[in-house]
Amino acid sequence: MPETLDPSIIALYVFVLACFIGYWVVWGVTPSLHTPLVALTNAISGIVLIGALLVAGDPNAGVLIQFIGFIAVLLASINVFGGFLVTHRMLSMFKKKK
Amino acid sequence: MEFTINHQALAYLTAAVLFILGLKGLTHPSTARRGNLYAMFGMLLAIAATLLGRDIQSYGFIIAGIAGGAVIGVIVALRIQMTAMPQLVAALHSFVGLAAVLVGIGTFLHKQEAGLLNAVLMGEISAGVVIGAITFTGSVIAFGKLQGLLSGAPVKFAGQHLLNAILAFATIALAVHFAMTGSLLTLILMTLLAFTLGVTLIIPIGGADMPVIISMLNSYSGWAAAATGFTLHNDLLIIVGALVGCSGAILSFIMCKAMNRSIINVVFGGFGSDSGTGDNAGAQAAEKGVKSAAIEDAVYWMEDANRVIIVPGYGMAVAQAQHSLKELMELLEARGVEVKFAIHPVAGRMPGHMNVLLAEADIPYDRVLEMDEINPEFPSTDVVLVVGANDVVNPAAKEDKSSPIYGMPILEAGRARQVYFLKRSMRPGYSGVDNLLFYQDNTSLVFGDAKDTIDGMNSALKGSGH
Repeated sequence: MPETLDPSIIALYVFVLACFIGYWVVWGVTPSLHTPLVALTNAISGIVLIGALLVAGDPNAGVLIQFIGFIAVLLASINVFGGFLVTHRMLSMFKKKK
Repeated sequence: MEFTINHQALAYLTAAVLFILGLKGLTHPSTARRGNLYAMFGMLLAIAATLLGRDIQSYGFIIAGIAGGAVIGVIVALRIQMTAMPQLVAALHSFVGLAAVLVGIGTFLHKQEAGLLNAVLMGEISAGVVIGAITFTGSVIAFGKLQGLLSGAPVKFAGQHLLNAILAFATIALAVHFAMTGSLLTLILMTLLAFTLGVTLIIPIGGADMPVIISMLNSYSGWAAAATGFTLHNDLLIIVGALVGCSGAILSFIMCKAMNRSIINVVFGGFGSDSGTGDNAGAQAAEKGVKSAAIEDAVYWMEDANRVIIVPGYGMAVAQAQHSLKELMELLEARGVEVKFAIHPVAGRMPGHMNVLLAEADIPYDRVLEMDEINPEFPSTDVVLVVGANDVVNPAAKEDKSSPIYGMPILEAGRARQVYFLKRSMRPGYSGVDNLLFYQDNTSLVFGDAKDTIDGMNSALKGSGH
């Protein structure tokens, strides 16, 4: 039987490579947009919403688990909606001389 | 056609690429809005792919949660003042942290019922919960300091570092115990300890170091998301978490470098204070041999200048003076004066804070220059107007080896022909260090609220109508 790779190792591959991408991309961000950068990364870290959906969405789990999931969905959604909208608001203000 | 786990993985991959392109868009203001749209689309795709997956069977709680979050998020994002952006960001970081804690605990309970626990999984849950918990309470404290609910001064007491070390060690010990036994009680204790650690880590850090704290918590919220990704074996969470974690870490590095301090020094240093009084500013100034000037003097020099550089700081945000500055810029430009804005990396309470406020006031971004771009221009500048900034123009950083801010890169405002400081009082900057620039021959202080002073300049300029 062929040896199989532990899924955690594959996850580690993904993690390390993503760190490198993040490193190169973020160094390219112009300093004048550092506040929108914080707001945007904040919005996309609302991706924990996906984890929250998995906790909230299984009817076989008890009500307590689903309720914990519900609170997590609520918090992560505030991040996603609030984060993207406020980033958009800020970026719309950056204009060049007419 | 059925939506399989492979389809879901492809959708996640696409979302990850969209997030990367989104961040890449922030390379320049002209592509930034498109970048934000890419990222929004990526998020939409990720959520849709998750909901279509086989794991999600019941939608009641989900719809209620998303709808509630959307309403709250949209209202807050539309109402928030640009000056309050640091507080908003701190609050949002705390939500990511708490959500990560809840997802970790929820996943544990879920897998426990299904009998799917193992040591690796529980180790991953511990990581997500601990980082999330520190992010949560740390951000709550940062929010409190920024909002003025807590004192901005660093809170220091004997044995602080020892306490933090004990808390950190105990948290790790509990995490190991939890991974080996799967005890719910241990999980709860560990979470409570991590909450405490978040408080004790952030409370000693002063208001002036907020740009670093915001960046650090930004980074933590990313690592919390990545750890949650390991728990759930979800590659998208891992990728996004890594991107955000790196972004915050790089910003922390840039901010520390702009203060010539190490991250260790910021985290454990307890730098800066809010002490000092605002009484009798003029008298205090005279005692110290500092010149104070009237609004008209500054106007007299500015209207005949070739170039005026404005250096904004946190005081501009507090006084909400950005709109008045825009008017001043237009009035001076109408007289043929070239007006530019000089931004120090740590001006304000978060990275890039000043740029957003100036953009809000409709000041074109090509007039707003970073420290390295503008420093060569100061010697050929007639007037520098310092609006609510202090430490970032203090020549002590270059000249006085004994000064706590020695070595910090500064805006070389003092090399201009005339420097006017708009100040409310003789209070030193957040570093608590006296500003050597005040005593230079070409420097005068104009006392008063920044916005009132600039409005006064604007009416003087209108009145003198050439």
